[in-house]
Amino acid sequence: MVFVLLPFLDVVRRSFLTAVTEEWTGLRNYGIVWGNQAFRLAVKNTVRFTLVCLPLLIGVGLFLSVQLSRLKEIQFIKSLFLFPLAMPAATVVLIWKMLFSRQGFLNAGLTGLGLLSEEQLIDYMGTEAAFWVLVFSYIWKNLGYTMVLWLAGIFSVSSDLTEAAMVDGAGRRQCFWHVIFPNLKGSLYTITVLSFLNSFKVFREAYLVAGSYPHESMYLLQHLFNNWFVNLELDKMAAAAVCVGMVLFAVILVLQKLWDREERR
Amino acid sequence: MGENIQKIIIKGTLLLLGAFFCAPVLFLLSGSVMSRYELGESLLPLLTDGERLITWKFFPAYPTFEHYRKILFQTPQFFIVFWNSMKITVFILLGQLLIAVPAAWAFAVYPFRFRKLLFTLYIVLMLMPFQVTMLSSYLVLQDLGLMNTHKAIILPAVFSTYPVFLVYRGFCDLPKGLIEAARIDGAGEWMIFVKLGLPLASGKILSAAVLGFLEYWSLIEQPLAFLEDQSLWPLSLYLPEIHLEQAGYSFVASIITLIPAMFVFWSGREYLEQGIVASALKE
Repeated sequence: MVFVLLPFLDVVRRSFLTAVTEEWTGLRNYGIVWGNQAFRLAVKNTVRFTLVCLPLLIGVGLFLSVQLSRLKEIQFIKSLFLFPLAMPAATVVLIWKMLFSRQGFLNAGLTGLGLLSEEQLIDYMGTEAAFWVLVFSYIWKNLGYTMVLWLAGIFSVSSDLTEAAMVDGAGRRQCFWHVIFPNLKGSLYTITVLSFLNSFKVFREAYLVAGSYPHESMYLLQHLFNNWFVNLELDKMAAAAVCVGMVLFAVILVLQKLWDREERR
Repeated sequence: MGENIQKIIIKGTLLLLGAFFCAPVLFLLSGSVMSRYELGESLLPLLTDGERLITWKFFPAYPTFEHYRKILFQTPQFFIVFWNSMKITVFILLGQLLIAVPAAWAFAVYPFRFRKLLFTLYIVLMLMPFQVTMLSSYLVLQDLGLMNTHKAIILPAVFSTYPVFLVYRGFCDLPKGLIEAARIDGAGEWMIFVKLGLPLASGKILSAAVLGFLEYWSLIEQPLAFLEDQSLWPLSLYLPEIHLEQAGYSFVASIITLIPAMFVFWSGREYLEQGIVASALKE
């Protein structure tokens, strides 16, 4: 506790001071940070990344889990999807380079299928497409995690309920939407929060593949923090950390409020 | 009839997708036994700007263990980095065990003032990404003079709140009445902890260890920020530094990095899942 909380309060204090002389500057650091181009870009990208990834991950995860829950080989297939979670980011770097370079597998595959002519080859990491590579990495890594959570949710719905619905003549689809789905709202909340927080870890792959200054479409807050740290711009970091921390806190609280209200109904 | 065909299609698609998710390992395995010449042939397009595209054979024409031999017997540097990783991971896990288990026990069993508040704070802290707490950790480490040592990575991680939370879930399953009964029967607090608490929470402790291992084995952010000396770096930072021209070396190093993670993954699959599910339960 002492290691985490007190230092953070110190950071809050510092966010109002200049870095070196520690003079009181009021809200100036916050002004500088919000006016900073890099900060705006990073916030924009991070928000965009979250808005694209979360619905995609949660939706695809739910769909696959529902399909999977009908099969017998759940354990085995689940393990296949969990596997990327265990792959250290560093070992993936090489593969990513082989996949997404200008002459990599993705382009080779696309030209092989005749979808791409040789003049159209692009280096995925150096263009707008870098953002989508990042999205792909995130989904690849976290799909198994999400599926485990969804499956736990699906199986916690008592089979008496679904069987009763079946007896009453509900089709499989109806059964899902009217019996199982309403019971998954609790899972939805936790999956959203956990996926949201895990999305910050995508920095690992991003950094290892593309370095400190990747293509601007995938310059995230994490890159910014890291670069400010390297340059010892501590006052900016303090102000930005306070902002990001507060926003995250607010998001979690809002989600929790929504969920509580849902439950009380 | 239609039902069955549908199931087979679903199974096939899921298996295919799952296999696709695991495919990177096949690349690494085949690359690690490929001869230098063959690797050069395959990867050359990535190094030059020509028109040729990358090619790959999953079964190399002349499989060889040349790279393995080289890395195991002629690259002392690799050993240093490997043990750095091991040391960091093992010490973090041991430390967490020592701190988190008693802390979780205290939260679960002893009602004290501000417990609720403290626990909420714990959860919030658990949820904050590294970037938010990076500066505060740095300031503490700087004051303690720990920058650029392994302790700078190990200490903050030892006090991380995630395992406390997970183990706490395990202890919560313990019925209150059972503890009361044990107390009446004259069991000391320590006895209760060892005889009742630990066996019950052992699953969750293992979960925390498995999740922790996978997390700390591929730690990037912390060593990147807090370790300047390259000889202190863990595998996760060292691997990407290897240039593509030494691809064989890189493949083998990746495989060796992967082995401990795979081992923990396969032997702890069940606990991994339990851990994921437990962390999703709301207080």
